[in-house]
Amino acid sequence: METKSIMIVGVGGQGSLLASRLLGNVLLAQGFDVKVSEVHGMSQRGGSVVTYVKYGDKVYSPVIEKGEADAVISFEILEAARCLPYLKKGGKLITSTQQIDPMPVITGAAQYPENLVEKLKNAGADLIAVEALSLAEQAGTAKASNVVLMGVLSAQMDFPEELWQNALEQCVPAKFLELNKKAFELGRNA
Amino acid sequence: MKKLMLGNAAFARGLYEAGCKIVSSYPGTPSTEITEEAAKFEEIYAEWAPNEKVAMETALGASIAGARSFCGMKHVGLNVAADPLYTASYTGVNGGMVIAVADDQGMHSSQNEQDSRHHAIASKVPMIEPSDSGECKEFVKLAFELSEEFDAPVIVRMSTRVAHSQSIVDTTERQEPELKEYTKNPQKYVMMPAFAKTRHVFVEERTQKLIAYAETSPLNRVEISENAEFGVITNGAAYQYVKEALGDKVSVLKLGMVNPMPVQLIKDFAAKYSRIVVVEELDGIIEEHCRNIGVSNVEGKNIFGYIGEINQAVIAEKLLGEKKEFTAIGEDVPGRPPVMCAGCPHRGLFYCLKKLGVTVSGDIGCYTLGAAQPLAAVDTTICMGASISALHGFNKARGAESEHRTVAVIGDSTFMHSGMTGLVNIAYNNSNSTVIILDNSITGMTGHQQNPTTGKNLKGDPAAAVDLEKLCRAIGINRVRVVDPYHLAETEAAIREELAADEASVIISRRPCALLKYVKHNAPFKVNAEKCVGCKMCMKLGCPAISIREGKAVIDHTQCVGCGICKEMCKIGAIE
Repeated sequence: METKSIMIVGVGGQGSLLASRLLGNVLLAQGFDVKVSEVHGMSQRGGSVVTYVKYGDKVYSPVIEKGEADAVISFEILEAARCLPYLKKGGKLITSTQQIDPMPVITGAAQYPENLVEKLKNAGADLIAVEALSLAEQAGTAKASNVVLMGVLSAQMDFPEELWQNALEQCVPAKFLELNKKAFELGRNA
Repeated sequence: MKKLMLGNAAFARGLYEAGCKIVSSYPGTPSTEITEEAAKFEEIYAEWAPNEKVAMETALGASIAGARSFCGMKHVGLNVAADPLYTASYTGVNGGMVIAVADDQGMHSSQNEQDSRHHAIASKVPMIEPSDSGECKEFVKLAFELSEEFDAPVIVRMSTRVAHSQSIVDTTERQEPELKEYTKNPQKYVMMPAFAKTRHVFVEERTQKLIAYAETSPLNRVEISENAEFGVITNGAAYQYVKEALGDKVSVLKLGMVNPMPVQLIKDFAAKYSRIVVVEELDGIIEEHCRNIGVSNVEGKNIFGYIGEINQAVIAEKLLGEKKEFTAIGEDVPGRPPVMCAGCPHRGLFYCLKKLGVTVSGDIGCYTLGAAQPLAAVDTTICMGASISALHGFNKARGAESEHRTVAVIGDSTFMHSGMTGLVNIAYNNSNSTVIILDNSITGMTGHQQNPTTGKNLKGDPAAAVDLEKLCRAIGINRVRVVDPYHLAETEAAIREELAADEASVIISRRPCALLKYVKHNAPFKVNAEKCVGCKMCMKLGCPAISIREGKAVIDHTQCVGCGICKEMCKIGAIE
């Protein structure tokens, strides 16, 4: 199978590492060669955070460049707009509608673009926009938006749900497991 | 057993399987997780040292004592540890000794983009370089064998992409080598001139043997393609980009051993093709080596340059003229630079420094972000510890006028790393300098590592804690005081007083990092929209939880930790 590329993007602190680990575990269990590339350190401090997940028969480069991603999953809608150029033609864009002002907007040096859902559609993205934050709060904590979005992604992929459940059990501490399973279901059925 | 592992975790697994006993490191992105993961194995003694020099000397001592040992650091950390490195090359080892150095191509989390291969070449220490997690584990095990066979510490060079990418690793059991016998051998371990002269001869002979080894080593691999239009020589992460972009359009010589490099192997490969392209990140070290050994049909830096990361798209564009199509929303997307977190104790301090308009000599850590808008309080950032020593020099150059309006800021871990010696210089050589230690009780930027001031060791067990107040007094600073940076008025008054004082002083700005698990958060604050007049005073703090919506301040309850400094800023009491 030709290598597939999925980008997970968001704001530092939103939990992209857990999301990429979930996906990585599912892909490994499916028998694929997998590479997951993360960024640690300074970028995690509230900056744009990008994680690359690639899978197939044999994966070489761990990174994804412009026009290469089969899917982009974004935890924040401005980040979806920032990473749209990475999506390949006909690729799927899944985004939370959550809006987090970056510092240049907070200081007034820049404006947060309006009507991003519409603009993303007009730019040709095959878009799924989800109220991930309110679904996560419904599951019990705003912090579970990442798992809600993985639930949304899971509905777009052809892997048995059991594999996702196993991955959740492997990657999430026991005391948060029920909450995260609920968040996942809410996303999967959204 | 097959597992998906981070390059750094695979490295640690290699340490475990090779029977490594002693690990001493200083954290630094992207190297930190090697040591954190190694500490999870009960069979390995692992510690955070105060700095990389101490870590390397600890590892060398353990090696001389007969154990397999390891120290890990980021590229700039190897500068700190360069002193023991260059002489460890002469002493060689007893138990195998492996050093990890993680370069940060693209400067994701670093102050420069140096190429660590230069240190290996200059110190004449062998260096090998894996290109994915599986190789990380295997190369580390081989590195211990090479170290013992050739009597040299061996450097394993990592990069951000190899260290922080997960790929599949096949794990096996640990081998448990016996502690090697230690026998006194001053000709090998006492590096005074008479003995060092004979060891230098050994080092040169060793290099020749290593070159011979490199000719046939499994670390260096030729992948011939029948359809090849030209040949590529590459190393590390760049190998993966080459394979993805060029596939079987080229033949590849992958160099896993980057110092010393083979000679005949490269000549034979180059002779097969009219065109040889070297794809290597940062400096043109392989390319220069090719020219030095008489391979002249070589190019590389003229195509790829010396700056940042290479990737498959760059290679496809530069070598094949291919470019992928993509789309965009058609307007500028505002940038999202990293910021100090909501509730960060550094914020209050930097607000006071900005308000007072002082010159700030900065350092390496989360508080480097005090240089960013809107606080923009930091004037200089150079390297670990430089805030204090550079402040002393600045004040010596500009005299009293500067002494009363210039401060240094440095974190607790960075102070222990190499800030203390600068403070000794201030006391000993008498500058009226004001140093602020930002004590957030953790090493923050690299992801919460313990350090000698926190009272815990790497494994989380209780440990001796340095008393910063007593230490500063013992160094010779009489004026030492502690402030809580959540209290803006108190913090501002302390800075004013210490700047006005006629002798050197230390202010310890003490408040644990808001992200630490044991730190209890207050309920989030809210803006009373009826009271808020939209004056934007609270916005001066640059808190990511506060924004303006329709002319009024709004606090994001998912981010706010209730630190309350915005409440102190609000003159009309609209924050409740």
